[in-house]
Amino acid sequence: MPVLRTYAASLLGKGVAGLMRLRGGHGSAFPGLVVERLQPRFLQDVLGALPLGTVVVSGTNGKTTTTKMVVELLRAAGLRVFSNPSGSNFTRGVVSAAVQAMRGGRLDADIAVVELDEAYAVHFVRQLAPRACLLLNVLRDQLDRFGEIDTTARLLRQVAASTVGQVVLNVGDPRIAALADAVGADVQVSWFGVDGSLAPQFPTDEQLHADAIEVATRDDAVMPEGAVVLAGLVGQHATYLIGGRGHEVDLSLYGPHNALNGAAALALTRAVLGERFDAAAQVAALGRVKAAFGRGEIWHLGGRALRLTLVKNPSGFRLALAGATPGTPTLIAINDEHADGRDVSWLWDVDFAPVASGALVRTTGVRADDMALRLEYDGVRVDDADADLGRSLDRFLHDTADRDVQVFSTYTAMLKLRAHLKALEQGRP
Amino acid sequence: MSARGLRVVQLYPAEMNIYGDQGNALVLARRAGLYGFDVSVEAYEPGGDRRVLETADVMLGGGGQDSGQGQVVDDLMAVGPVLRERAAAGVPMLLVCGLYQLFGHEFRTGAGDVLAGIGVFDATTVAGTKRLIGNVVIDVPGLGHVVGYENHSGLTTLNAGQQPLGRVVAGDGNNGRDGGEGARVGNVVGTYLHGPVLPKNPALADQLLRGAAGLRYGDEVLTTADAAMAAELSRLDAVAERARAVAAGRPR
Repeated sequence: MPVLRTYAASLLGKGVAGLMRLRGGHGSAFPGLVVERLQPRFLQDVLGALPLGTVVVSGTNGKTTTTKMVVELLRAAGLRVFSNPSGSNFTRGVVSAAVQAMRGGRLDADIAVVELDEAYAVHFVRQLAPRACLLLNVLRDQLDRFGEIDTTARLLRQVAASTVGQVVLNVGDPRIAALADAVGADVQVSWFGVDGSLAPQFPTDEQLHADAIEVATRDDAVMPEGAVVLAGLVGQHATYLIGGRGHEVDLSLYGPHNALNGAAALALTRAVLGERFDAAAQVAALGRVKAAFGRGEIWHLGGRALRLTLVKNPSGFRLALAGATPGTPTLIAINDEHADGRDVSWLWDVDFAPVASGALVRTTGVRADDMALRLEYDGVRVDDADADLGRSLDRFLHDTADRDVQVFSTYTAMLKLRAHLKALEQGRP
Repeated sequence: MSARGLRVVQLYPAEMNIYGDQGNALVLARRAGLYGFDVSVEAYEPGGDRRVLETADVMLGGGGQDSGQGQVVDDLMAVGPVLRERAAAGVPMLLVCGLYQLFGHEFRTGAGDVLAGIGVFDATTVAGTKRLIGNVVIDVPGLGHVVGYENHSGLTTLNAGQQPLGRVVAGDGNNGRDGGEGARVGNVVGTYLHGPVLPKNPALADQLLRGAAGLRYGDEVLTTADAAMAAELSRLDAVAERARAVAAGRPR
């Protein structure tokens, strides 16, 4: 009776989610817990029944945005796509999202695209072998959770090894590229990467100490045949090389890292769609993808813009700063809750010289003083460091009058800043 | 009067640079500059020029991936005699995490391999089964509370007679059992504290600088070069004081 049991579990899960919403909760993970207990084979039964299977996106940076791209590209190609919302990138979150999307005991979709946190990705693939996976990068992020970068790479190795159809890997990340030897015999490996000429826009972790040591540039890395390559990038105008042909597009998304995420998404949809892949149409669809939650999103407040960018590790923060307009007033919000990473050491691996341009710079969040200390040692004068997020944001907006501003924030600080911005947008004082 | 030179040398920064320990070099260089020294920061990598080690006034070393540690071990053994001689001569050194372990007698990995250390500290390290991770506060004789963040699976045991750097106030320290954190021999300090450790603990940074100045110039007194630098330094220390207070109050 597995089908009936799955149906019953999904109904109960929906009920739990409904009750939680009545109580004012988010209804995110708990329904998943209930369903997992009642029907341990829920994932296999529901996602396993999808005609085009399940695609997993994982890696340190860019999961959420890339997943959003893949979903929108596949939808543009006419597929019905199930995906888990950002922030539910763990197995139980996927189950919860599936429960809420189910109708009549089944998921009305052709394919599932799930974003998974590295450790949970391993848990997930033990329950359900994905048809394809896209592994983006392994960077210093929340090392207090996973221990070391090599440990994280080992987690992703298991994901690659469990995938049955296509594995899509980043040429430019040596720890990811090395996973090519982990895939099964019948599994096809596809690649994405950046042309060597764009390397200066993509500093790597290894180049952290480029001033002290000789670092091999990526120009000498050989681009595998058939790779989807980000071949040109000027501002938001990107050129992708797909199957030997160049395709140009103006991206809605901001920053070189997102242009590279675009190459990753194209490589994945190309692998998944096969002959149905229409390069020109897919690149055009990519140009329409807007920022995911907090990933460089723009808030319009009166006549000015506030750019809100999530930061969680040195490489991401460096890229975000590299793309910033000099002289823009800046607020940096650093929390150290579990979801942010308790260890704030990584702030010392970011070079803050790009913000040292005489503009107003303030810090906020639980670790406002740590951030201020970091900036001061880079010669950036910090105008104010106040842990209170709402108060800091209000004063920052007040003191910058009608100028465009930028806010960099860790995850939990961003949740609060966003709620505050939403209230401001709706005209609440 | 020309400024007095001071050479800060980072040991193996290409491999042993995890957890922001790069910040320690930045802090030493900046503070030394405010104290009127003409500072240079140099990197020593495997196979590098030993004269860099022989002329260093203060040395810094950090932690790395397990794989990175394997790569520096051979070179460390080769230059061990130089480093031991410099340590005995009183050159201040700060070794964090991975290099702290390798400045002991040996590191026994989870796979049972033994990485030989250079024996500056009378200590041995054995890979543990779980990582000791979280905010940590220790009490260091002469310095008071030192705050940081630990993240290590190696468990270090000091032999009788080897002094720890300090006693654990909150956190695990060397092994989570004996209440000791780090090790100290003369001016050489080993610790598991990241954070990085020096920005929020300027007293420790200044202790290293005093040792370096004393050894090279026979004068351990640190004085700021002018009023503007004094103001700069006191602003840095005021921010550090607030950041310390927050860090010490955070959950594990």
